[in-house]
Amino acid sequence: MAETREISAARRRWMLLAPALAILVFAASGPLLIVIMYSFLTPGDYGGVIWSFSTDAWFNVVAERDFFDETLSFSDAHWSIFWRSVKLSLMTTAVAFLVGFPTAYFIATRPKATRDIWMLLIIIPFWTNLLIRTFAVMEIIRNEGVVNSVMIGLGIIDEPIQLLFTEFAITLGMFYVYLPLMVLPIYASMERLDFSLVEAAYDLYASRWRVLKRVIFPLVKPGVIAGSILVFVPSLGAYVTPRVLGGGKQLMLGNLIELQFGQGRNWPLGAALSITLLAIVMIALMVYVRSAGREEVSHG
Amino acid sequence: MIEIQNLTKTFGTGAEAFTALSEVSVTIRQNEFFTLLGPSGCGKTTLLRTIAGFVDPTSGTMTLDGADVLASPPYVRPVNTVFQNYALFPHMTVAENIGFGLEMQDRPKAEIKQTVGEMLELVQMTPLANRATSEISGGQQQRVALARALAPRPKVLLLDEPLSALDFKLRKEMQIELKRLQSETGITFVFVTHDQEEALTMSDRIAVMNEGQILQIGGPKEIYDHPAERFVADFIGETNFLEAELVSVDGEVAETRLPSGKTISTRAASGRAGAGKVTVAVRPEHALLEPPGALIDGKLENIVYFGTDTHYHVMLDGGARFVVRRQNQPDAVEAYTIGDAVGVSFNPGVGQVLRD
Repeated sequence: MAETREISAARRRWMLLAPALAILVFAASGPLLIVIMYSFLTPGDYGGVIWSFSTDAWFNVVAERDFFDETLSFSDAHWSIFWRSVKLSLMTTAVAFLVGFPTAYFIATRPKATRDIWMLLIIIPFWTNLLIRTFAVMEIIRNEGVVNSVMIGLGIIDEPIQLLFTEFAITLGMFYVYLPLMVLPIYASMERLDFSLVEAAYDLYASRWRVLKRVIFPLVKPGVIAGSILVFVPSLGAYVTPRVLGGGKQLMLGNLIELQFGQGRNWPLGAALSITLLAIVMIALMVYVRSAGREEVSHG
Repeated sequence: MIEIQNLTKTFGTGAEAFTALSEVSVTIRQNEFFTLLGPSGCGKTTLLRTIAGFVDPTSGTMTLDGADVLASPPYVRPVNTVFQNYALFPHMTVAENIGFGLEMQDRPKAEIKQTVGEMLELVQMTPLANRATSEISGGQQQRVALARALAPRPKVLLLDEPLSALDFKLRKEMQIELKRLQSETGITFVFVTHDQEEALTMSDRIAVMNEGQILQIGGPKEIYDHPAERFVADFIGETNFLEAELVSVDGEVAETRLPSGKTISTRAASGRAGAGKVTVAVRPEHALLEPPGALIDGKLENIVYFGTDTHYHVMLDGGARFVVRRQNQPDAVEAYTIGDAVGVSFNPGVGQVLRD
């Protein structure tokens, strides 16, 4: 009797898990396996792949074969794009944190009735198309844009400063686009924060700065970690923002991958680059989570 | 010593303004267990938070050992608080919580370690020093909160209803523990509670508050035996109120004529003057049940047996109700039955003329 009940419980568990498993297999693992497979095939002349095994794509990720004498050399172009992607994503995450943390703190300390209005103001841009938001940034920073014309009008500068099509423009754009992803998780932790703890620390001779450092920050750290991941990961793979604001001069990984599947007609290289991107994300996450975790141990 | 003069705190403005404290003046002495007692919303917590520095008063002055402290933020005042919900830091151990205040004062590491050890000893938490605060019971959390607030040796310890979350037995233990801590450390305790029994058992002096004002300040016995106002008499313990006529006042002794026509000498709050209608408060256990022909006569309406004592509800001839409480004796035979004509009396000096 007990045994049959156990069996039916096990079966029910599998039935309940089935939809999630199906999504994992077909929507996540499946495409990933296809991408891995493509990276070991030969590119077709007009795009697509030819079904013959080749490791050329992986060579081309880090190295390049000279067109004439076929010697191998280090692929400076790819490495500088990798480096730029990591650098700009880290900067975007850092700036988003520096702006997002005080913002979340500000909203969380408002009276309950007005908090939702502030949150709405944070979320509204999120409902707008990504491309439109990116073009809005462009409109602000281009040579004839708001920033330059105001500064010229005020006589601060004579010539417009080249802001657009720079790494600064890309970082600014990504910061603007992904800021809500930093604010939301920090706000969620901050809202759950028991502010009597802040009072207690304040009562126990901790100055404002030390209250922030010793009580508020450690307690909202899960939110900061989540927000950083949510900003860093899409920044690393960003495609639209660097394309529009970098003007095709400042490529990031996303643009490089797109190039291989489009004009480059080198699908295996695109696939290999995609997996490289995934690997960078995984390594970054592992390093980040581990260092954040270790800090917690040394604190506690 | 804390000296508070004409302290007023108004929250909000215009039509929504709410006066939490109105012209409060009080002196809290060195090394005293001082209790602020009153119903919720009476302003006692606002007063406590003003002393701590979390509330900026609208007007008034406050000095701590002669120095004006109103301008200094909480982290400068040598005053620590035990919060109602304890507010222990969840990301620190018991020992780290206790050491936090000392650490923020940048005391040397060795001193912090030693003081934390002493504090753990003081509240009997040494074996649990390295536990997380979520891994200890409510009573233990309470003790850690106490140790944390005492560790920096503040001049004044503020306690905001710290026992209200504990169950009955633990609360009794902690009451004794708090008294012990106070006498061992010699620190002034300012204790906020709405529990009159807690206030009476623990305090050196009590300030009874209502609607943002301090109505009476005095020792537990004085507050209980000689309430100055109807609110105080009503809030603390049970009281009978008798309408009477003031005949004469001589210092604290007032001659009053009861509706039955008999006069009795009672106590009056100092400064009570003139003649006219007054209210006399008499505690049920200070009154006696007698045969008719006593101070006031009436009819016995109900007898309620409580184990330790018995309550006799009497309908007085004037129409007022009066309760007499009598301690039960073993094998005593109940002399009265419901419906009997009875009399109520009390000794001279027992009744208290209220200041209303």
